[in-house]
Amino acid sequence: MIPASFDYIAAKSLDEAISLLATHKDDAKILAGGHSLLPAMKLRLMQPKVLIDLGRIKELSYIKEEAGQLRIGAMTTHFQVETSDLLRRVCPLLPETATQLGDMQVRNKGTIGGSVAHSDPAADWPAAILALDAEIVATSARGDRVIKATSFFVEMLTTALEPGEILREIRIPGGKGKSGQAYVKVRHPASGFAVVGVAVNLAADGGKCQSAGVGITGVSPKAYRAANVESGLKGNALDAKTLSAAAAHAADGVDINSDLYASAEYRKQLATVYTRRALEIAASRLK
Amino acid sequence: MAEKTVGKPIKRTEDPRLIQGLAHYVDDIRLPDTLHAVFLRSIYAHARIKSIDTTAAQKLPGVVAVYTGKDVAKIGPVPCAAALPDLKVPDHRALASTKVYFVGHPVAVVVAESKSAARDAVDLIEVDYQELPVALDEEKAADAKSPVIHEQFGTNVAYKLTAGEGDIEAALKSADQVIKQRILHKRLAPIAMETRGVLARYYPGEQELTLWTSTQIPHLCRTQVAIMLGMPENKLRLITPEVGGGFGSKLNVYAEEALMGWISMQLNRPVKWIEGRRENMQATIHGRGQTGYIEIGFKKDGTLTGLRYNVFADMGSYFQLLTPAIPTLTGLMLSGCYKIPAIQINVTGVFTNKMSTDAYRGAGRPEATYVVERALDLVAAELKKDPVEVRRKNFPQPNEFPFKTATGLFYDSGNYQGALDKALKMADYTKLRQDQQTARKEGRLMGIGVSTYVEICALGPSAAMPAGGWESATVRVEPTGKVTVLTGASPHGQGEETSFAQIAADELGVGVNDVTVIHGDTAIVQYGIGTFGSRGLAVGGTAVYLAIQKLKDKAGKIAAHLLQVDASTISFAEGKFTSSAAAGKQITIQEVTLAAHVAKSLPEDMEPGLAATSFFEPKNFTFPFGTHIAVVEINKETGEIDFQRYVAVDDCGKQINPMLVEGQIHGGIVQSMGQALYEEVVYDDQGQLITGTLMDYALPKAIMIPHLELGSTETPSPVNPLGAKGVGEAGTIGATPAIVSAIVDALAPYGVRHLDMPLKPEVLWQIINKKSAGAA
Ligand SMILES: Cc1cc2nc3c(=O)[nH]c(=O)nc-3n(C[C@H](O)[C@H](O)[C@H](O)COP(=O)(O)OP(=O)(O)OC[C@H]3O[C@@H](n4cnc5c(N)ncnc54)[C@H](O)[C@@H]3O)c2cc1C
Repeated sequence: MIPASFDYIAAKSLDEAISLLATHKDDAKILAGGHSLLPAMKLRLMQPKVLIDLGRIKELSYIKEEAGQLRIGAMTTHFQVETSDLLRRVCPLLPETATQLGDMQVRNKGTIGGSVAHSDPAADWPAAILALDAEIVATSARGDRVIKATSFFVEMLTTALEPGEILREIRIPGGKGKSGQAYVKVRHPASGFAVVGVAVNLAADGGKCQSAGVGITGVSPKAYRAANVESGLKGNALDAKTLSAAAAHAADGVDINSDLYASAEYRKQLATVYTRRALEIAASRLK
Repeated sequence: MAEKTVGKPIKRTEDPRLIQGLAHYVDDIRLPDTLHAVFLRSIYAHARIKSIDTTAAQKLPGVVAVYTGKDVAKIGPVPCAAALPDLKVPDHRALASTKVYFVGHPVAVVVAESKSAARDAVDLIEVDYQELPVALDEEKAADAKSPVIHEQFGTNVAYKLTAGEGDIEAALKSADQVIKQRILHKRLAPIAMETRGVLARYYPGEQELTLWTSTQIPHLCRTQVAIMLGMPENKLRLITPEVGGGFGSKLNVYAEEALMGWISMQLNRPVKWIEGRRENMQATIHGRGQTGYIEIGFKKDGTLTGLRYNVFADMGSYFQLLTPAIPTLTGLMLSGCYKIPAIQINVTGVFTNKMSTDAYRGAGRPEATYVVERALDLVAAELKKDPVEVRRKNFPQPNEFPFKTATGLFYDSGNYQGALDKALKMADYTKLRQDQQTARKEGRLMGIGVSTYVEICALGPSAAMPAGGWESATVRVEPTGKVTVLTGASPHGQGEETSFAQIAADELGVGVNDVTVIHGDTAIVQYGIGTFGSRGLAVGGTAVYLAIQKLKDKAGKIAAHLLQVDASTISFAEGKFTSSAAAGKQITIQEVTLAAHVAKSLPEDMEPGLAATSFFEPKNFTFPFGTHIAVVEINKETGEIDFQRYVAVDDCGKQINPMLVEGQIHGGIVQSMGQALYEEVVYDDQGQLITGTLMDYALPKAIMIPHLELGSTETPSPVNPLGAKGVGEAGTIGATPAIVSAIVDALAPYGVRHLDMPLKPEVLWQIINKKSAGAA
């Protein structure tokens, strides 16, 4: 539980962080809330020589509406998301996800950008980010690059971020019409991470489903959008039968994780049941 | 005059410092020039060490020394205090030398100027291992075909032991029916919030070694470490600063404790080792670990005739302080709270390539209670009787105490019906059973589990203990009237600083805040035994009480002298001495104390000062008891368990502080829930520890615990003048069977009669799913 020694630099601005990263390259790691990075360093699973701390960069911590989008700075903490009045009003899925993430200490320190950049296969944010069709803004000496959430999560602990890039912002498209959202989760009894986490973002018009975003985490080596669930909903009336039939496709086409707590067979069952529950809650909120 | 506090739920006086982070644990003690130690531990469960090369590690800047097994051969073996006939005792040294026996076995220790240098150097030590086949399962390891761990013994069987009274064969033959059941008690990790840690400082001039260590038994640990180091016991001072929980895991003497002492004597500098959580999972003792076979004989009306329990007990690869003795406690408690005319336990203690097992909260008794309670449920299910009825049928009556069991014990006092009735009433049991009928009709899986338990506490009479079972106390009244209590018990979270202060305050007529309780420093406190086996209050608290009686006796004589009356006329109440011979005259304890210290006017031949010491030797154990009722509903789609009610009525004899009692019960039930639902130390088939961190090993958190409805009855113990029995382990003993019983009961419609812990949702779902699929 003793990390290898490292240098620590507190960047004063995003530009400075970018240039520090360009200088130290692979030797460096970005430090956000430290709640994934530091445990990994203590176990010596990671041994960066330099930590570049984003913690003092105020310009990376915000939640705002701009250009018809919601924009969340990478260094916004889980707690800030959880308690944002703006988000509770226009995108309650995010606060609902935050309340189920870790515990109070973790939510006070951990950041949404850090979690998305870390891309733990059982983390909560990726499910919500996917369900909401979000975009991720990566920045480097070359400027900004916008990445769709669906192409951001590459595999376990690997994202589309390139060397030298810093995750700067998460953008969520503004909703059209009435929306109903929900996040439900089976917590692993030891880690508290998601054995299964299902985020749902539905829009309906005239009783018919206009659009459906279903993001699932914990089930496979990376979070994914459950395409067959979504297609089972779109254009249909959101009655109990439809929801249940769609939910049965929650784990279609993915490699299912298996561990001491839940075998692949059982996890698939949990994914199905919890997807149905999330859909039911989201649908009920459309009213 | 201070208000009486015994029996009142006053807040713990130790809490403010704990809550504010102001307490001092071993790691908070900082000495100048301290070196840091980090261990290299075996990555294999069983291997021969062909060579160890420490050259590169030694050369790393900051490294002061690297020691391996051959360097520390002079340190004596890690002690095992359990004496059993024909016990095979492996030579357990501070570091491995020729072989490693479990993942986490210490192979080398690096001492450096900083923790990180020591840790870096560990990676530079090269060990050439030759892997050996492993023996992991206690039942299979006992087989003659198993790989042998300690070659000198030619077997993994450490000992075999049979105990119990009555003709078991005849008893089982006389039964109308005998039920057999295989039953598992998985290994559990105690997980004290504070891991182990040792700071050692040697003063070569004074030849004095001071050890700060996180232990439950400061004096016993001092004696044993002094023996291991071959030094005079009175040159070793052992201090337990704040201890962040033990649950039995620190009722031990560990290699690291002696090693740190030895290293500081080699280097003449302080050295500190703080155990990491991963080390804690690997190399601090585990609890439980039994594979057993129950045979219970009974008559058609539910009367029990006999119980046999054949058990393979997992020792791990070495013995720690009490390893082989733990299953003997299981044997002692196999009568539960029932009349069972014949009982037999056959223990096979087995070495395995794992960390040693030893005392974990309950220590052998939760296993016994679980066996008996599961057996009674099986009997009830077989006879299609209410499990409550079968229990009631076999209870001894209140007038049958002291009650002799076929395990050789005399239960001190009890009213098992009383606690059961109270719990049934609190839970509205009749209504619950009706609700269950309704639920079943609606296809819902509701289950009700009842456990009635008795446990053995206040360990114990010295004759039955490996190293004395008494406890000591010194009580002093200082010249200013403040009271100092020195207790040999060593509280580490139980709240004895509060409960002992309550006893002293009430007895002397002072306020709780006028009393300071000091413990855990062998240079200050007279020899004592420690805190474990739910003994703190019943044995240690009694010693405090008795010391105060001696002290009051002396104070009374001084008071008589000052009031110029005969001592036989003196009585003491509410802090004041009065005399039946001198109406209206009185003198306070403070005035008497001052007189005792200034010593200008004392009775002839009386020594000055006001202090007394007592060593209390209990004549018997105490036997707390109670009833726990769990009500669950299981989700058919996922197997997830929803607690609807949890009711517990516990009788721990006289309660000194009901808030402390509740706290102990809460904690115990929570640990029980951990065992019943989540916890299991898992080694894979190579002996690698799979549940090596708290990301994998599931400890229950507050949000996972239902509301606990607690009640109590008070049946005083005749064993000590306080009437107290003990409550530290009750929750872990009573709750586990109730929870398992409720879940099994919920699944009864699927023909389930027994399931092994931990009852993970997947296990339940598999049963529901398979049966539903089969039916469809
Ligand atoms: C006890 C505990 C319980 C937890 N429970 C949960 C849970 O239930 N659900 C859950 O989802 N998570 C959980 N977490 C993880 C927590 O949410 C972390 O805070 C989060 O995953 C990482 O965020 P961070 O800000 O702490 O990032 P850090 O740990 O600082 O960084 C994580 C990784 O991302 C990189 N990084 C960070 N920020 C950026 C950036 N802006 N650009 C590029 N790279 C970056 C870092 O270099 C590092 O590799 C838990 C953590 C702990 C300690």
